[in-house]
Amino acid sequence: MNRISAYIVFSFLVTLASSDTVISKSINIGANFEYKEVSTALQIVDRFDTINVHPGKYLLNNFLISKPVVLKGIGKPVFDGSGKNQILLIRSDSVTIEGITFQNAGISFINDNAAVKLDSVKHCKVINNIFKNNFFAVYLAETSNTKISGNTISASSKRETYSGNGIHLWYCKNILIENNSIRGHRDGIYFEFVKESVIKNNISQGNLRYGLHFMFSDKCSYYGNTFKHNGAGVAVMFTNNVQMYNNKFIENWGSASYGILLKEISDSNIRNNLFYKNSSGIYLEGCNRISIFYNDFIENGWAVRLMANSMDNKFERNNFIGNSFDVTTNNIKNYNVFKNNYWAEYKGYDLNRDGFGDIPYRPVKLFSLIVEQNRPSLILMRSLFVELINFAERAFPVFTPETLIDESPIMKKIKHDKASQTAKEFWAFESAQ
Amino acid sequence: MKELLKISKYQLNDVRRSKWIIIYTLFFFAVTYGLINFTKEPSKVLITLLNVILIIIPLVSIIFGTVYLYNNKNNITFLSAQPLKREVLFAGMYIGLVLPLVASFIVGAGLPIIIYIPLFIEYSGILILLLFAGIMLTLIFGCLAFYVSIKNEDKLKGFGLSIFVWLLLSVLYDGLVMFIMYNFSEYPLEETSIALSLLNPIDLARITLILKFDISALMGYTGAVFNNFFGGSWGIYISSVSMLFWIIVPMYFALRNFRKKDF
Repeated sequence: MNRISAYIVFSFLVTLASSDTVISKSINIGANFEYKEVSTALQIVDRFDTINVHPGKYLLNNFLISKPVVLKGIGKPVFDGSGKNQILLIRSDSVTIEGITFQNAGISFINDNAAVKLDSVKHCKVINNIFKNNFFAVYLAETSNTKISGNTISASSKRETYSGNGIHLWYCKNILIENNSIRGHRDGIYFEFVKESVIKNNISQGNLRYGLHFMFSDKCSYYGNTFKHNGAGVAVMFTNNVQMYNNKFIENWGSASYGILLKEISDSNIRNNLFYKNSSGIYLEGCNRISIFYNDFIENGWAVRLMANSMDNKFERNNFIGNSFDVTTNNIKNYNVFKNNYWAEYKGYDLNRDGFGDIPYRPVKLFSLIVEQNRPSLILMRSLFVELINFAERAFPVFTPETLIDESPIMKKIKHDKASQTAKEFWAFESAQ
Repeated sequence: MKELLKISKYQLNDVRRSKWIIIYTLFFFAVTYGLINFTKEPSKVLITLLNVILIIIPLVSIIFGTVYLYNNKNNITFLSAQPLKREVLFAGMYIGLVLPLVASFIVGAGLPIIIYIPLFIEYSGILILLLFAGIMLTLIFGCLAFYVSIKNEDKLKGFGLSIFVWLLLSVLYDGLVMFIMYNFSEYPLEETSIALSLLNPIDLARITLILKFDISALMGYTGAVFNNFFGGSWGIYISSVSMLFWIIVPMYFALRNFRKKDF
C-alpha cells in the first residue's frame, strides 16, 4: 500500500515537472523581431524558456548566462566576439546552446578566452554549432553531465602560443563529446582531471600540437575517433583505466609526432585501432598492464616503441605490416608479452597447418636497438651492412631482448571484425562499470 | 673521333653478343615488373628498386667491367699496335662497357615503369633521381673496374680486388661509419656523418634517396640537418660534384696506368 502511494506521489511530481517544460515559452530575437539583442531577451525570459535567435550578427563581449535557457539558432546566426574577449560565459545549469556560429573570441596570453565557456555547471548541451577562428572554442571547467556534440570547430592560427584548444575540459565529470570535427587549434581535444567521460566519433585533424591531449583523466573512453595529421598526434598521460576502441591514428608524421604517446598509463585497453603512416605508432613509457589487442599497424616508421620501464603489457592479435621498424626498445630486458600477432616480415613456416608459425618471431631488430640509442645512425638504413647484422642477430640473438619474442605468430593477416567486436566489448566494459 | 666511334661500336657489338647483358636487362625487368604487379604501390616499388640498385649495380658493374677488360686483353694489345692514341682506345673501351650496362638498366627498370606510368606520376622526381643514381653508380664502378684490372696483370688478383672494393664500399664502409657513430655518440656527429657519406658513392646515393622517402622525420634533429643539406641547392651541388669526383679520380688513375702500361 505504502509503495502504491509513493508511486502516485512520484507520478504526480513527474507530471508537475513535465508540465513545467510544457508551459515554457519561446522568444524570438533578431532584426525583424521585438527583441534585437540577446541581453534584453535574457532579462525577460523565465527559467527553461527558449530564445530563438534569428540570422544576423550579434556582438557579444563576455556575455553571462546565469539562468537555465535554451539558446537556439535558426538559420545559423553569428555571435561575434570581435577578437577582444570571450563570447559566452555560462554560469547556470541546464543551458542548451544550439545551431549558432561563434567567431573571433579574442586571443589572450592571460585569460583562456573561449567562444563558449561553461564554468561550474551541470546538465548543459552544446550542440550543432559552428566555431570559427576562436582562441578556445568550447571550454568546460568543473562541469558535469554535459554533452558537446555535432559541432564544427576550426581555427587558422599558425603558432601554438596564438592558439587555444578546440574542446578544453578541466576538472569535469561525465561529459559526452561526440560527432565533433575539430581543425587547426592548438590541441583538438584537451582533458585534464576529467573523470568517466566519453569521446566518440570525433574527427580531430590538422591541429598544431595534439589531436587529443589527455592527462590525469581516469576511467575515460574514446572510440570511433579519427586523429589525422596533427602536429604531434595524440598524447595520453598519467591516467588509469582508459579505453581506446576503434580509433584511427593517421599520418601524424614528424620528428616529434606520435600516433599515441602513452606515458604513465595503466590498466587500459587499446583495441581495434588503426595506426597508419605515423612516425611512431604507439610510444609506451612507464606503462603497465595495457592490453593492446586487434590493432592494425600499417606503414609506420616505428609501429611500437616500448620503453624498458613498461611492464606487463600484452600485444595480441595485431597486424604489423610495412613498418620501417615493428618493435623497438631501449633495453635488453623485457617484461611484456607478444602473442599471436601477424608480422608481415615473418619468414617462418607452418608445417602442421594450424595457422600459427612453428618458429618464434623476434620483432626487435638489432638495427632498431642501435637506432634507439643513437638516432643519427639511422642514416645507415637500407644499407647492406645493416641487413647483414640484422640477419646475424636474428640467427644468434645476443643484444636483442631474449624474452621479447612472439612464440606463435599468426601466418595470415588477421581480419578484424571491427564493428561487432568493438561494440560488444565496449558495452561489456560499460556494464562492468 | 672516328676511331673512338669505331672502337666503341665494335665493343658494343661484342658486349651485346654476350648473354650476360641480356640476363642483366631481364633481371631488372623481372624485378621491377614483378614488384609493380605484386604491390601496385609505387612507393614500395621504388624503395625495393633502390635496394636493388644500391647492391646489384655496383656489384655487376665492377665485376662485369673487370671480366670485360681481361677478356679484351688481346684486342687491346692488337689495337695498341695501330696508330691510335691510348686515350681514344681507353675511352672506346670504357664507352663499350658502360653504355650497354646503363642501357640495360634503363630499359630493364624503365620499361615496366613506362607500362605503369600513371602509378608513378607523382613520384617522377624520385624516379628521375633513382635512375640518375643507377647511371652514376654504373659509371663510377666501371671506372673502378678499369683501374683495378689495368693495375693488376694477374686476373685472379684483379678479380678478388674488385670484389673487395665492392665489399668495402657497400658493407665495410658502413660498418666503419656505425663504429664511429657509436663510439663518438656524445659528440654532435651531423656534419661528420654528412662528410662521411660524401666519401662513399653508394652511401651518397642511398642517403639522398631515403631522405626523399620521408625517412628524415624519423631521425629528428639529424634528419633535419640532412634534409637541409641534401635538400638545398648547395647540397645537390656538392653531392653532384662528389659523384663526379668519384668518376674522375679513378678514371684519371686508370688512364695514367693505361698510358704507361706495356701490354
